[in-house]
Amino acid sequence: MSWSGRLFLVIGLLAASAAVAGAARQAGVADAAVTAEGYPAKLSEYGFFIDLAERTPAARVTPYHLNTPLFSDYTEKERLVYVPAGATAKYDAEGLFEFPVGTALIKSFGYGRGAAFKPIETRLLLHRASGWVALPYVWDADGRDATLKRAGTRVPVSFTDPNGRERRISYAVPNQNQCKGCHALDGAIMPIGPKARNLNDGAQLGQWQRAGILDRAPADAPRLARWDDPAAPIEARATAYLEVNCAHCHNARGPASNSGLFFDWKQTDPVARGIGKRPVAAGRGSGGLDFSIDPGHPERSILIHRMKSTEPGVAMPELGRATAHDEGIAMLSEWIAGMKTARN
Amino acid sequence: MTMRWLTPLCLIALAGPLAAKEIKVEAGANAQERLQGALIEAEPGDVVAIGAGRFELTDGLSLDVDNVTVRGAGPGETVLSFKGQLGSGEGLLVTSDGVTLRDFAVEDTKGEGIKSKGADRIVYKNVRVEWTGGPKATNGAYGVYPVESRQVLVDGAVVRGASDAGIYVGQSSEIIVRNSTAERNVAGIEIENSRRADVFGNTASHNTGGILVFDLPNLPVMNGGDVRVFKNKVVDNDTPNFAPPGNIVASVRMGTGVLVMANDNVHVFDNDLSGNATSNVMVIAYRLKYDDARYNPLPRRIMVSGNRHGRAGFAPQLPGGEQLAAAFGGSIPPVLWDGTGSMTVASAPVLNMNIAQGAEMETAKPAPADLSKGETYAPPLAVVLPAEMEARAR
Repeated sequence: MSWSGRLFLVIGLLAASAAVAGAARQAGVADAAVTAEGYPAKLSEYGFFIDLAERTPAARVTPYHLNTPLFSDYTEKERLVYVPAGATAKYDAEGLFEFPVGTALIKSFGYGRGAAFKPIETRLLLHRASGWVALPYVWDADGRDATLKRAGTRVPVSFTDPNGRERRISYAVPNQNQCKGCHALDGAIMPIGPKARNLNDGAQLGQWQRAGILDRAPADAPRLARWDDPAAPIEARATAYLEVNCAHCHNARGPASNSGLFFDWKQTDPVARGIGKRPVAAGRGSGGLDFSIDPGHPERSILIHRMKSTEPGVAMPELGRATAHDEGIAMLSEWIAGMKTARN
Repeated sequence: MTMRWLTPLCLIALAGPLAAKEIKVEAGANAQERLQGALIEAEPGDVVAIGAGRFELTDGLSLDVDNVTVRGAGPGETVLSFKGQLGSGEGLLVTSDGVTLRDFAVEDTKGEGIKSKGADRIVYKNVRVEWTGGPKATNGAYGVYPVESRQVLVDGAVVRGASDAGIYVGQSSEIIVRNSTAERNVAGIEIENSRRADVFGNTASHNTGGILVFDLPNLPVMNGGDVRVFKNKVVDNDTPNFAPPGNIVASVRMGTGVLVMANDNVHVFDNDLSGNATSNVMVIAYRLKYDDARYNPLPRRIMVSGNRHGRAGFAPQLPGGEQLAAAFGGSIPPVLWDGTGSMTVASAPVLNMNIAQGAEMETAKPAPADLSKGETYAPPLAVVLPAEMEARAR
């Protein structure tokens, strides 16, 4: 073969490999990895990202945000939704949208904002024919891919909290069962975040509809307050905070159903909401206090006591809480302090 | 030649239930991930066999696969230690049906020891849950803790040091707790907001209260009852109450043998009851304020008969208890009743405190009572669990 022939061959090979890479990019998400029973060992196998190191989403993989997110040790979270081409989720005003099989919710937890964001783990909720599956992937040291850790793990991390305080914690990546610990409804795994009320910021539902993720975006969709919105009434902020941080377990069909303490945002029974409610199975979690919420007295309310604690067996929520959420505690304390006192 | 025969046979073996396998987990480094990994990867029918030795664990373990057996080498040999626990509300959480837990120990969890929630047909056999530092308010609340489950068998369990109840069955039905030992807990054995329970052949000793049967308001499952407490040894329950205040068991008086509160059709018979300084059997209403129209705070159709009463009521932990005991010549009668609801006591002296529902303790007008002429309530039928559950408990 001539010199030029070789050069042509090399160029040809390069072109071919570029074409293959291009095809892979255009192919985007590997739908089979989402829908097939099984547990891909690496996050890269799903094709959710064009560039994993930069976490650049592939086509149809859409970022979204929530009005009030779950507090998880001050982590920043990058949320993505993927609905396969040709399918859309069906809008539901109250519950979870009816997501088609093949849907993936992709949430990366880490510290640092924007370009400084460094992921620790990426949790997947995959909608398969058999139901939703929750899988935790822990980022490799080189930050180029993440590895499945069905049994969870612990990662020592240090970060700066919103008050500029340096924190060092043992960050817990939940095991697959612990995922269900929060995501169970009637015993089956369910996504928590993407509901109309928590997505509805006035614009986002419309964006989902235009992107073909959602079938419709009614103007009268319910809307949960932002827990940290100083302009919103404290009652609405507290309701949103409790709904998002507590009600995934503390509802009549959830993992804490036996407590009788229910924080779903539509809950109207004051005792079920904790007001004047005595502990049932709180054990030492009660901290020697009589009521979940003692109106007018955050310092006598078990709710605040357990939010302040980081001790296993006392701390609530039970998972993802190596730090106390000072700002959330302050807001809920203000809310309880403002309640009419039942006694002095 | 052989290969041709083997292959199809292997395939058949793998396809059917014969494929059930044993997953061995030995003590050593990285026990947390290896043991939790085994509990996740187990398939229905599998046995997770935990070897002898100490497993130092940092987080709660959980099992969510039906029909799995978790088996150790014995409650003295296989020890899951949670002394260094950093997260989770319990040591082991089971949320699947048909699970067998046997022959291992769980020690020093920060919260509950073993909890099973919505886990039907669960068998706890020969397990030990213990807080090794003795009774302390900082110990976890419950040792063995099945809740919201149908068909529960606890057999040969040993629980020590729980700051609430050693063996606690809540909001469940069709329950057997037998041949178990509860020592140095606040409550030894507790059946709460549950229907159809047989509690027999147990030893409840050196707790604050031995065996408790009651209902609490404002819970999803209420109207508890149909409980038989029989052939138990409920003796020397003499540990001062160390429950964190605020919890209902913090109000249990030291030296309570069997306590029945706000429950229906509870039969207490053929037990050995002695050394309980307040009373061998206490039957009372729920007396705290509550707001729940579905709740009945009274003890109803309670039957106490044929128990062997040893020394009791010699230091009743009641307002004016000392004088009361003196007035009765050193000890009050072994059965204590607040005078509410309905009860028959076939053959033992009763002290009726005569405190109307809603009235304060100070209004008590204690007087001996003869309740032997009351109605003879038919006992609940024996709880019979499926034969396959009994087989798993052998």
